[in-house]
Formats: sequence, C-alpha cells, structure tokens
Amino acid sequence: MSNATLVSTTVNGDPVQFACPADESLMTALRNRVGLTGVKEGCGTGDCGACSVTLDGSLVCSCLVLGVEAEGRKVTTVEGLSEDGELHVLQQKFIDHAALQCGICTPGFLVAAKSLLDRNPNPDETEIRYALAGNLCRCTGYDKIVHAVQAAAKEMRGNGKRSKKRS
Amino acid sequence: MGHDQKYVDKKYEVVGERFNRPDGIDKVTGKARYGADASAPGQLVGRVLRSPHAHAQILKINTAKAEKLPGVKSVVTFEDMPDLTGGDQGLADILENCMARGRALYDGHAVAAVAAVDEQTAAQALKLIDVKYKKLPHVTDVDEAMLESAPVIHDRIITRGVEPAPTKPSNISARTQMGYGDVDAGFAEADVIVEKTYKTEQTHQGYIEPHACLASVNPDGTAELWVTTQGHFVFRNVCASLLGLDIAKLKVTSSEIGGGFGGKTHVWGEPVALALSRKANRPVKLVMGRDEVFRGTGPTSSTSIDVKMGAKKDGTITAAVAELRYQGGAFPGNWAMLACMTAFACYDIKNNKSIGWDVVVNRPKVAAYRAPSAPMAAFAVESTIDVLAREIGMAPIDVRLKNVAREGTVAPYGPTYGPIGIEHTLKAVKDHPHMRAKLKKNQGRGVACGFWFNIGGQTCTDLNIGVDGTVNLTLGTVDVGGSRSSMAMIAAEELGIPYEQVRANIADTTSLGHNDMTEGSRGTFSSGMATIFAARDAIGVLKERAAKMWGVPVDDVVWEKGQAVATGKGHGNLPPLSLKEIAAKSGRTGGPIAGHNEVVADGAGMGFASHICDVEVDPETGRSTIVRYTVVQDAGKAINPDYVEGQFQGGATQGIGWALNEEYIYGDDGRLQNPGFLDYRIPVCSDLPFIDTKILEVPNPLHPYGIRGVGETSIVPPLAAVGNAIANATGVRMTHAPMSPPRVLAAIDERAHAG
Repeated sequence: MSNATLVSTTVNGDPVQFACPADESLMTALRNRVGLTGVKEGCGTGDCGACSVTLDGSLVCSCLVLGVEAEGRKVTTVEGLSEDGELHVLQQKFIDHAALQCGICTPGFLVAAKSLLDRNPNPDETEIRYALAGNLCRCTGYDKIVHAVQAAAKEMRGNGKRSKKRS
Repeated sequence: MGHDQKYVDKKYEVVGERFNRPDGIDKVTGKARYGADASAPGQLVGRVLRSPHAHAQILKINTAKAEKLPGVKSVVTFEDMPDLTGGDQGLADILENCMARGRALYDGHAVAAVAAVDEQTAAQALKLIDVKYKKLPHVTDVDEAMLESAPVIHDRIITRGVEPAPTKPSNISARTQMGYGDVDAGFAEADVIVEKTYKTEQTHQGYIEPHACLASVNPDGTAELWVTTQGHFVFRNVCASLLGLDIAKLKVTSSEIGGGFGGKTHVWGEPVALALSRKANRPVKLVMGRDEVFRGTGPTSSTSIDVKMGAKKDGTITAAVAELRYQGGAFPGNWAMLACMTAFACYDIKNNKSIGWDVVVNRPKVAAYRAPSAPMAAFAVESTIDVLAREIGMAPIDVRLKNVAREGTVAPYGPTYGPIGIEHTLKAVKDHPHMRAKLKKNQGRGVACGFWFNIGGQTCTDLNIGVDGTVNLTLGTVDVGGSRSSMAMIAAEELGIPYEQVRANIADTTSLGHNDMTEGSRGTFSSGMATIFAARDAIGVLKERAAKMWGVPVDDVVWEKGQAVATGKGHGNLPPLSLKEIAAKSGRTGGPIAGHNEVVADGAGMGFASHICDVEVDPETGRSTIVRYTVVQDAGKAINPDYVEGQFQGGATQGIGWALNEEYIYGDDGRLQNPGFLDYRIPVCSDLPFIDTKILEVPNPLHPYGIRGVGETSIVPPLAAVGNAIANATGVRMTHAPMSPPRVLAAIDERAHAG
C-alpha cells in the first residue's frame, strides 16, 4: 500500500483508526481494514445501495465516499443497529416478515430504513417506497420489505413495546 | 433403505406454518458471510483482464512487465490452464469461456489474470499486460447471425438436427422440433388464423452479489475453494476436471449466496482463481466488479420468435406453430430446445409444432435464468392468444380455459401430464376480485399463463440427533432463498418435534455425498424428499433404541408425535419415550442416532401459473406503470408459505423488469454499452405496488408431501401479462420486449400516423 493516510474516526460508537490509500472508498476501508463485512459491495458505483451507511447521520453509499473522508466523523453500519444484545425492531421485523431471501441487500435496506424512520416516524407506503428506491433487491419484489418497514414503524411509534409476533 | 415417494394426504403440525428462517439473525446483523466475505492467511487479490473487442484474434500476450512489478505473485493466461478435457466439447467450451484461447469471442471475454499483494498492485499489473489483437468481423444479433453472409464464429459448428447434415459450418448449432398432429390440417379447420413475429432482448439475472471466491491450491494437489454458488458439488467436479485435480482433494464450501437465479450454476472466475493460486502457491481472492458481471457472466438469450395460431369461432385452438430463434452467446447451448418444450405447454392443442434454432453470436455465454427460455416463448404465445381471442370476439381468459391442458393431455415434448394445476390457476384468476376491479383512464389489464417443468436429481442428506434431543440436518443443496427453514420444518414434521429443535446447515463437499445444484426449482422438492427419508431412517433407529430400553421387540414400537410408544400385548403400561429421552441414553444403547438418505428424485411436479397485471400507460411519454399485480400459482404443497410467496413475488418482479426496462444494449462495435445498474435498470421499490399472491395446492403424486418446485414459473407469465395489459390500455400490440417508454411511444405514434 503506497501513500496511505491514517484516518481517525468513530464507527458504531467506537473509536477506530485505519490507514488507507487516498483513493480507497469508505466501503473498501470498512470491509477490508475495519473488518465490517456487513457493508456489501453490489456495484461500486452508487447504484445498488448494498453498501449504505450513515455518515454523521446522513445516508450515503459508502462506495461513493472516500475512506479519508471519515476522518473525525461518525459512521454507522448494519453492525451498529442492534443494541444491548437485542435486535433493532427493524431487524426483527425483517425476519418476521420474511423480508429477505438471499440477504445480500438486507444490510443496506436496514440502514436506509432506519435513516427514513429517524427522519419520518410515520411514513406512508409511497414515502417508504421512494426512501428505499436507492436500494436494489433482486429476490423479493420489495413487497415483504415494505410490509416489514411498516410494521417496524408502527411498533416504534408505540410505547416501545417489542413484539416478536407479526403485526 | 428404500422409501416410497408416493403422495399421502395427511394433517400437518409444522408444515404450512410461517416460521422464521434459521439464518435470519446472521443476515440482518451483517454477520452472514458471502462470497467476498472470507479471507485466508497470506491471501492475494486476483483480477481479470478482459477483451475490449467483440471478436478478435489474440496474436500475442506479453506478461513480462506485469510479472516484474513488485507485489505481483502470479499471472496466468490460457497456457497456465491446459486443455485436459479429453474431447468433451461442453467442458472445453467452459474452459475457453473462463479464459480465451487464441481468440476473444465477445466483449468482456477473459484474456489474462493476475494475483498481487493488494488491489492497487493488481490493477496496475493488468495495465502492464500487453495483448496484441487482430479484430475480426462480429455479429451480436440472433437473426443476423443466422444469415448466410454472417461471419462464422466457430468453424467446427455444423448444425445438428438437420437432415441431410449441412456441408458448411454456420452459427446455427442446432435445430430442434417438437409437437404432434397435423398442423396444416389444423389450420384448414380454423376460422381465424393469427401470425405474428416477436423479439425479446437479452437480460441479466442481476443478482446483487457479484461472483466471488477464495481459492487455495497446495503443491500436493490438495485445494480449497470458498465460493458463492448454487451448487458447490458440481463446481467441485467441474473445477477438478478443468484443473486436473482429484475430486476428493478439492474441498468446496458454499458461502451464503447473494442471489443466483441460474447465473451461479456456471463456473466463470473460479477455475482462474484456482490457477492463479496454484501458480502463486498462495490463497487468491477473486471478486468481480459489476461491469464484469454484466460483460462476462449470465445473461439470458435474446430471441426472435414467429408464432402462428388458428382457432374456431368457439375458441378451440386447432393448430399452433412456433419458430424460436435463441442465441446462446459465443458457445452452443440448448436454449431454443427448452423454448420448444415450454411454448405451448399450458394448452391441449391437437396439432402443434415448435421449431427451435440455437444460434451462436459474439456475446457472453448464456447461462440459465429462472425457467430459462420459457418467458420469451410465453411472451410470444400468450400475446398471440390475446390477439386471437380479440379476432374471434371471446374473452382471452375463456379462450385459455377452453384449451387448457389437463391431466391426460400430452405435453408438446412428450410426457402425458399427471394432475396439474393450470386450469385451477385460470379459474382462480377468473374468480379473483382483481379481475372485476375498475380501471381508470389509460389503464389496461392483461392475463397470461406460464409453465416450467421443474427437475429432481441427486440429493444426499444427513440427520444427526444430539444427546439433548436437538437435531442437526445436514444438507448439500445450497439455500438460495430460505430453504433451510423449509427443510428444518420437514424434519420436525416427520420426527414430531418442534421446529426450533432442528437446525439445518449446508455442508461442504467433504462432509456429504454429491448433491446437484439448486436449479430447476429442485431444492425443496428433492432435498425435502431426502429430508423426509433421512428422518424416517432416524425414526427406525429411535424405535430400535426404545425397544432396547424397554426390552421389547422392535415390531411392538411405533413412533407417534415425537415419541416411541409400545403397542404390543402387555406393554400397555409402559410410558412413552420421547426423542429426548431416547437420545439421552444413546451412548448406552448403540451410539449416536442418525438418519441418512441419498436419492435420485424423479417425478418433479410441473409448475403452472397465471398472472393478472394492471398497467397505466402515459400517452405522452410511453412510460408504463404497474398499478396492480396478482400471481396465482400451484405449489403442490407450500412448506413455508412466506418463502413460497417470496418466490412468486420475486419472479414476477424480474419478469416485470424484463417486460418494461431491462436489456443489453450493444453498439455497432459489438461492445456492451450498459454494463451497470444505472443504465441496465432493474425494478426499484418505487416502481411497484404490492404483489398479491394466491398459493394453490394441487398435490404432486410423486412426492410424499405433494411438493412441486415453485422457484421459476413465476418469471414466465409477466412479459405477456404486461404486454396484454399495455395492448388493452393503448390499443397498441407490443411485439418487442422490453416494452420500454421509447418503444411504446413509437408504437402509439405510429398508430396515430396510420390514422
């Protein structure tokens, strides 16, 4: 590796340092240098959304961000969604609603869906569909994904009670 | 031990429920490891150099500069992959497709490969490889490739299936004919005859995970391959043959697979990664970029199809003829033959004939794509049926029902149908509220049917019971879309224990006997059958152990609801022994308790579906929007309905993408112009409504649970369902898929100008 730059950043709440070449994407740095392979590469051109992460709270395709741009910022990946040993409501609803088949796009969908619900806790179907339009899924036809996000939003708007059953 | 695969009607405790999948948590937390997610000590980065030409002679490949670059550990060309195929032309074609041998046959054909210490070095090394090409004339269109004037791609190809055999080579690799009856007599009986020509463009399976593998070959010929594949046992056998390795010494592990749809039934970079590793004596990880996936793997055939159908005024179809021209890319395939099998399979037509032409062109070697070849044939036939119905003044659904295939109908490709579900799906469509829903301005509704024959094949399964009574089900059929849950449910059903007590895993090739690919919708059918038989084997052992524990003859023991029950005279006072209790004592009653089965599963039940599509066409732009969609399909028996619905919805959506947007676009230079998801547009979430589904269950008589494959049929009807809906919305009949906005707009304009 020539001309590597040392990057100090925060990933899923933890301080992280890695060295990467100036032209390396954040996606590659997260996968190969930080070991977070939940960040998936489907295209490398920002078309599929499988590598979606948030950067200081904004949803980005990590393949379109350079690793060095993470300096001093906060990155959240799918690995950072579950807390205290419990799945995030979205994660549980994706399982309950069979919203994944092969599962390669699932990390990106979860990060994008969480970003949507953080901004808009009560999205209608159209808002969900447009918010997730940057994430490609080839298996499901999106039907069960939209249902899972609707169910998660409903539960998150409630009193925080977690339900393992389908709602 | 022999087992009876005959269907037996019974009440299920576990099967038919909606259980969560065992791999769900790993997949929603990012822990699941796919093709690109493995690493090995000392691994190198592999990269492939690809031809920029559609057809070119390779005069010289100079790798000296690349080899001298610090950090480069191996460079391979065809010379490092000698031809060991011993006259097996199919295998030789696979080898040549993996690495060009003297000629580049399509844009994206692999020409050389490197392995280096990191990504940057590998990329730099590719630039240092000097390839001298001499461009040759090329052809990418299926109709043009069949012309006498077309450049002949392979001198060795003499058309098969033509008598007398042609004396000159051509791009037509085979002619196939199927059907029966006298079509001329049939057309003479017809009151109305419709003849139309259709074209469909080439599409890609479009799995979101690019091909990826991690290969490691040792100097003694032992090797390991971690790979995203639909069939690691078949990959093992093919790679071993191509590389000259012993099958038992090549351990192949299937990673989690990020979609396949047929595209991961073929080897591409895996033999190259093994060759790179063998030369470098280090592990090599080879991951394709998306452009490489489009240029070098997949896709399905582009086609050109003529259909002629005749009917009486009462709707009886008296004769049907199809001529189906399918290109298989740069190597011969049997894609048109599959089209002949499926074209008229939904109907009972006394006189029918299908002629298939398999053609080679300068495009990537075609791979299976979900019911391969059937969607294009269905586009042509199901569109023609709608035109025919209009001509005789009948509702298209009634024409379909009038001619529908039933038990006893002879399929165009030979077999006589057993119990099949096509009539059930059509009746369910006719009765569906969707058919009576009001349409708005610029909207139209279309219906179409689809067929896929499904396959069975070789399966080998182990079932091991732990001392705590939990069960490991060890499978060799790759889980592409949730089949581990279905298999665990089947094992739980047979053993009479809760679903949660069974854990299903996919074994590597050293841990289980051969399993065929997850293809042909065979996974749940054949692996389900082997799971049932393995569980019944284990129940036999459990009964023996219980008999031993009780000191009674084994014939006096039956298995009921997860426990052994003594039934003989005088045993009435013995309390039943649960699976857990028997397992706990297994160390003292004969050792571990296991069941095993290997089977060649025959009798895959045929899959039939009927779809309803509502479309709204914008007359200003020609853009079509799907406003409502319903899938009705016969599953035989839905083990886990969640995942059956998922197959219906996913297949329908792929078909919708094919119908409306997806196509390979080649320039005059024969190069692919849209090798990325921006310009090759698959459906996104905002393109679609919810996809409604209805599962029908017409049991397959040759499966203990009545299972039919469900994975593929759902992609067959959408092209025609969308086309029929567009015709009803606009009055314009589209004969060229995808029916993209420019094509629909041009057709609307043309009709307007025609007055």
